[in-house]
This record gives sequence, C-alpha cells and structure tokens, in this order.
Amino acid sequence: MTALRLTGITASHPRTPVLHGIDLTVASGTTTAVLGPSGCGKTTLLRVVAGFMRPDAGEVRIGDELVAGPGTWVPPEKRGFGYVAQEGNLFPHLDVAANLSYGLPRRERRARERVAELLELVGLPAETASRRPDQLSGGQQQRVALARALARRPRVVLLDEPFSALDPELRATTREAVADALAHEGATVVLVTHDQAEALSFADEVAVMHEGRLSQVGAPSLVYSSPADRRSALSLGEACFLPGVLEAGVVHCALGDLPADRRSGAGPVEVMIRPEQLRLADARTGAVAPTGEVRHVAYFGHDALVEVHLDTADVLVRARTSHTPPPPVGSRVEVTVDGRPHLLAVGSAPGIG
Amino acid sequence: MSTTAPVTTPTPTPGSASTASPRRRRPGGGSPGLRLGAVLVALVCLLPLAVVALKAFEAGPSEVAALLLRPRVGELMRNTLALVALTGTLATVLGVGAAWLVERTSLPLAGLWRVLFVAPLAIPAFVNSFAWSTVLPGLEGLGGAVLVTTLSYFPFVFLPVAAMLRSADPGLEEAARALGLGPWRTAAKVGLAQVRPALLGGVLLVALHLLSEFGALEMLRFPTFTTAILDQFDVAFDSRSGSVLALVLVGLAVALLTVELLARGRTRYVRVGSGAARRPARARLGRATPLALLAVTALAVLAVGVPAWVTGTWLTRPEEALEPTVLWPALWSTVRLALVAALVTTLATLPAAWLLARRRTWFGVLVERVSYLASSVPGVVVALALITLSITWARSLYQTSAVLVLAYVVLFIPRAMVSTRAAVAAVPPELSDAARSLGDGPLRTFVRVQLPLMLRGTLAGSALVAIAVSTELTATLLLAPTGTQTLSTAFWEASASLDYAAAAPYAAALVLLSAPLTWLLLRSGPEEHTP
Repeated sequence: MTALRLTGITASHPRTPVLHGIDLTVASGTTTAVLGPSGCGKTTLLRVVAGFMRPDAGEVRIGDELVAGPGTWVPPEKRGFGYVAQEGNLFPHLDVAANLSYGLPRRERRARERVAELLELVGLPAETASRRPDQLSGGQQQRVALARALARRPRVVLLDEPFSALDPELRATTREAVADALAHEGATVVLVTHDQAEALSFADEVAVMHEGRLSQVGAPSLVYSSPADRRSALSLGEACFLPGVLEAGVVHCALGDLPADRRSGAGPVEVMIRPEQLRLADARTGAVAPTGEVRHVAYFGHDALVEVHLDTADVLVRARTSHTPPPPVGSRVEVTVDGRPHLLAVGSAPGIG
Repeated sequence: MSTTAPVTTPTPTPGSASTASPRRRRPGGGSPGLRLGAVLVALVCLLPLAVVALKAFEAGPSEVAALLLRPRVGELMRNTLALVALTGTLATVLGVGAAWLVERTSLPLAGLWRVLFVAPLAIPAFVNSFAWSTVLPGLEGLGGAVLVTTLSYFPFVFLPVAAMLRSADPGLEEAARALGLGPWRTAAKVGLAQVRPALLGGVLLVALHLLSEFGALEMLRFPTFTTAILDQFDVAFDSRSGSVLALVLVGLAVALLTVELLARGRTRYVRVGSGAARRPARARLGRATPLALLAVTALAVLAVGVPAWVTGTWLTRPEEALEPTVLWPALWSTVRLALVAALVTTLATLPAAWLLARRRTWFGVLVERVSYLASSVPGVVVALALITLSITWARSLYQTSAVLVLAYVVLFIPRAMVSTRAAVAAVPPELSDAARSLGDGPLRTFVRVQLPLMLRGTLAGSALVAIAVSTELTATLLLAPTGTQTLSTAFWEASASLDYAAAAPYAAALVLLSAPLTWLLLRSGPEEHTP
C-alpha cells in the first residue's frame, strides 16, 4: 500500500526554481531517504509534503487523500504527519510531558499514560517527563522530538536531517534509538539527509537528489553498486571513472579486460570503480594485471586509501586496502579488480571523483 | 525625548538574519495586514517632522532666512554646540575610564560600581540639577550645565562601553600581542576598535539627550534651542518663529545621527567564528588601587550621592515634611499614563518587529529607521507639532490624554521596538512548523507557542517605556490636559517656585519609579539597549 505519493512536484522560492518535477512513491511501513548535497532542494521537498510550502505544480497524496494539487490545499495541521527537524524544535516554555502531549486532544493531555508510553518507546526514563527541553542533551531532545511526532500516530513521519546537529557518537546511538522506535510503530518514514552512510544504513529505499531532480530511486545496495550516473555515484561514496569500450560482455579499459555487469550493448562506456573493488599486491616481474606507482596514501587505521598512477594510461585510481602497513608512497603495485564493474553511458573525461 | 532613559538608534541585529535563510521562508511573513500596520505606525511617527517642514515651507525662504539669521539664533547655536562638545567629551572620558576600571582591572567591588554608574540614569536630569542648585546656589550658565548634564548622562557611555569590554573577545588582543604589538599599542589598536561602536552609540545618546534637555538647563538658566522654543511658546503661541527654531533642532539631530552612522562604518567588530568566548583578563592595579578607588568613589558621590543626599535631607525635615497623600493624584495619573503609553507603544512596535525579525527586507528596515529618526526629534518639537495638528484637525482631541499618549508613542517607540524585535526573533519560526505538524492552526499556534514565548521579552520593553513616560517632563508640560499633574510636572512646578520641600517628595517618587531601570539596563546585553 502506498503511504505517500508525489507526482510532478515543481516548487520555487521567489525567482528561484528549486524542484523540477519530482515523482516519488513511498510504500506503507517503509523508510525512504532523500539524499543530496545541501541546496539540492531536499528540505524544500519535505516542506512541500508537510504543507509548509505550496508547490507550483504537481500533486501530493498522503495515503489516499490528495493534500496538495490543482485546486486542493490541505493546511499542515490537517495532514496528519509527524515532523522532526534538525534542532528538534521542542517548545522551550513547556516541559517534556507538555511537549509530548501538545498535539493530543484536550482530554488525553491530562492522562499521563501516553507520555510514559512515548518515553519508553524512544528509550528515555519516565522521569524525563518533568524536565525542561534545555535540561536535555541534544540526543535526548531529538528522541523527545520524535516521540512528540509519533504521539498522534501519524500516517507519515518526516525527518529533516534529525541527526546532523549531534556529535558523531551521539549520532549513532540516537539514530539507533530512533530507528528502533520507528520500526516498533511500523511508521512510514521519509528522511532527508546529506549523509550517505546515514541514508544507506537507515533506509529501505534511497532517492538520490541533485539540483531539484531525483536522479535515482532504489534499494541502498542497488543505488550504491549501480548508480544511474556519475553524480549519483559520487553522492553515495567514492568512485573513479575510466573510459572503456564494451564488447560482448567484456569491457576494455586501463585496468585490463574486465567482465561487465551487462551483456548487451557495445561501444564506448564509462567504467565506475569503487575503491573497495580494487585489490593491491606487490608488483612482480611478469605480472599479468596492470601495474602502477603509489602516489599518495591516506591511512585511517581500519583501512587506507591508496592512490595509484597506472602505467597503462595516464590515470590515477584509488583503492581501499586493509593491508597493514599499506604500500609506501613510490612503491610499485599490481592492481586487480574484484567482481564486475558498473558501466555508465559516456559522459565526461575520466578521473577521480 | 525623556531625560532619563536611553534612546536606541538604528541598529542592525546580528542574530535576526540567521532566522530567515531563504529555504526557511515563511509564506505569511509579509502579509498585507502587517505591512499596512507597520506603514501606519511609521507615518504617525513622521507627523511631527512633517508639521515642522510644512511650517517652514509656509513661511517661505526669505522669512525663514530672516528668522534664522538673528543674533539670538547664533547665541543658541553656540550654547548648544558648546554644551554638546564639552559634555560629550567629559562623558566620554568618565564613561570609558569608569568602564575600563570596572570591567578590565582588579578594582575591588566591581559589581557595586557597575550598579552605581548606571544608577544616575534613574535620576532625571532635572532632579539632578535641582539637587545641585541646592548644594551650590550660584550654579548656572555653561559651567553648571556641563557639570549637571555630564553627571546625568555619562552612564550612556559607561553602559555600552562596559558591556562591550566585558564581552569583548580577549583572543583578539592575544592575537595582537602574538603579532608583536606591545600592551599599549594593543589597547589602542584592538581595544579601541572593539569599543568604538559602543562609544559612538553612547556619545550619540548623550548628544541627542542634550539637544532635547529642557528641565535641567532651564533651571540652570542656560538657554539652548529647546529651552528657547518653550520660552517662546510660553510668551506667545507664535509658532512660526518657534517652528524655525524647531527646524534647526531637527537639523542638528539629523546631523548627529548621520555623523554617528558615517563614523561607525560597516566594519564588523564582534568576534567571527564559533566557540565560546573567554572572559578577558583584568589588569592588576597594584599600588594604584587606592587612587582608582578614590576616583570611582568621587564619581559615585557626585553623580548619585549628591542628588540622593539632597532629596533625603528635604524629605526628612520634620517641620516642612509633607503628607505623602499629596502625592497620590500625581502618582495615579503618572502610573495611568505610563501603563497606557507602554501598552500602546508595544502594540505599535509589533508589525514592524514581526516583519524585521522574520526577514530583513528593505521595507522593514525602512519602516524601522523612520520610527527611530522620528524619535530622535526632541520632545518639545513633537509636542508642539501635535498641538498644531490637534488644534487644526482634531479640535476635540486638543488637551486630551490621547494626544499626550501619542507623543509618548512617537518619542519612545525605539525602546519598545528593540525588545519586541528581540522577543519575536527569539521565537524560532521552526517552532510554528512543529506546532502546525501537531495539529494547530496559525491562530492556535500563535496563542500556544509564540505569545507565551514573546511575552517576557516585550514586558522588558514595555517597562522601559513606562519608566521613560513617568519621568518625561517636556512633552508632558506642553500636552497634559489642564488640571492633570504628573510627578514630573508637579515637581517642576514646585521647584520653579523654589519650594524645595514641596518638590522633594516628587523627586523621591520619580527616582523610586525609575530605579528598576538600573536593573533592566544592567540585565540586558550590550546589543539590546545601545546602538
């Protein structure tokens, strides 16, 4: 069942178009992450769904109900969604219990059971109810904000970069708590984020957004391994691109003749390689695989990114290696490719992204 | 313009822009109703200026020139300029010196001195001059005027400069030292640069108050444009000659505002970058401590001690003591006027404050600047203009409290504007998104979220207006309905007839009413009450 459907959404700020025909469908009980760099329009998209902003054209349906479309406009308070923003936006003049029960009917506001229930849902102790927002840590505030958003059992929960204001450690634990709570409620979630790791790990579906357009929507592993274009590839993680020629399921490029991820088609293509697809070994005489010279090493402890200048072509490729120690700068290595590289239509010159 | 509380001049608020990033744009931010309200308020504020200009225009250039080129105008101009220059300089020396001693040195009892050097703002200048003429009966002319006004107005320099010194980032000074500057050159280059906007704003306030000061100068027999306009008004309702003098006065005020704006420039002096600022280090006074203590004690005695002692002495003379009940009528009408004016003024600031806090558009800025400019016009000009207007257009309103309240609104709107704007800006617009997502419509959101959050902030502004109104003298003398006496006009009447014993209770009441001002001013940050 569809919980949210957007068709042909166009929206603009005064004099600046922001969204250009967005189509997106979110199935009931699933989580969709809209991933894109800041300024790509992802927050605007969320605000259009919420009704904080009117689209210029297109339709928004929550469940079966048309909430925005030609001649139709349902104000935000009548749309029945939950909303958590970057800073949580708890009401500073109300304590946690009053924040949580803010949206409840007057009769239920008195009853404290729902408040206790909600606090438990997001993993906060019951005594939090009497605290004021400024007495809570950032992570606790975000949990309360989520609990508040869930209080009215909304049809869709909208999360606008809810973890980006938290420091890294808190981010991970808060994200887990939020994911658990959302899963427990079986909520339909739209998360907006610029953090690829967050999008890939949090969501059932990732929608990649660029300059007001969705370039790809799909399961995280699919959009990661088979991005639609170069920009989508880069917004999901590091990659390098080599020119190649496809012929009978084999692609010829600077890294040798590799099995392609598709059989059909022939002609010039762009070969996308993620750093973890490359294997490095000491270059010996008589190596079959392409060789190159290590130009730069960034060591992270659990692994290292090694930049290799290939002998076969004047090209730099980046490999992620868990070898300890990583090969030193200036050493010669042999580069092999794991699995089938993803092919893109020819777009632009090769290089490292 | 009142004689006791500070006026705020155009000030860009640093925080307000951040609430209005383009992607968080509020669709209802500039609704026609709000805009109309803001324009109406600005137009009302401009009325006095319009009347002055119209009068001068009616008179025609030759008559204006004839009226301007009288030797009397030259004398008034010399007096006014000498007073502004001397008091401005002395107030700068005392204000900056005291601020440095209190905020940046090891001077003992810093907290006490801080209160004592803001306290003179709670003593109306005309009460101060009354105290000084009691102590030094022969005090008058330029010397007396400079003495009394300096002691009354140096806190306008002290307050912002001290706040700036307190919050200034020591990192900048440390950076200057690290770049090879010695302590004195560091103080000159970095310290002065940091203090400059606060100092300029403070001196501007002193100068504007001097232009509009009536009571203190009249008592000390030192004629300036303001006292001359009022004298003229008393002699005959000859508004043409008075209007020309008013025109000069308005011109002087505008010139001061312009000079300050140009001198301030567009440079940023606040710290850029994130992280909490540290407290600046304090210089050790060492053996100079007794000398410094002597200096601050002397200043406190002169500025606070003398008026307090004189008022106290008159009050406690049993043979002449008055029953406190004689105060009730004046107190009642003062409180009533103050509350009504505070409420109306705060309401009048809402449209423009709302527009500005949400989005900094040229429209909002223009409306705000207009009201600031209008409020820099001395109270005597505003009052005379409103008299002219009510006589010509609304005879039934002439000599009613309505006109008086209107004058207060025009004079004191910036005081409330600063607070209202800060209060509106302090409510993150995102909170209304949250409320909407929880099922509240715009009206319920306003009542349940925005109003409770704004209330405290606007109360501070209303209190400032109420205090200013309760000590206002000039406009009240001219506009108060016949038979209505406020504390300040009652005091004025008694002291004008040299009945000091009768004047003292009113003086004490005035000081007590404005005492909370000290607290309000000390509590707020530098950006809230200084330009």
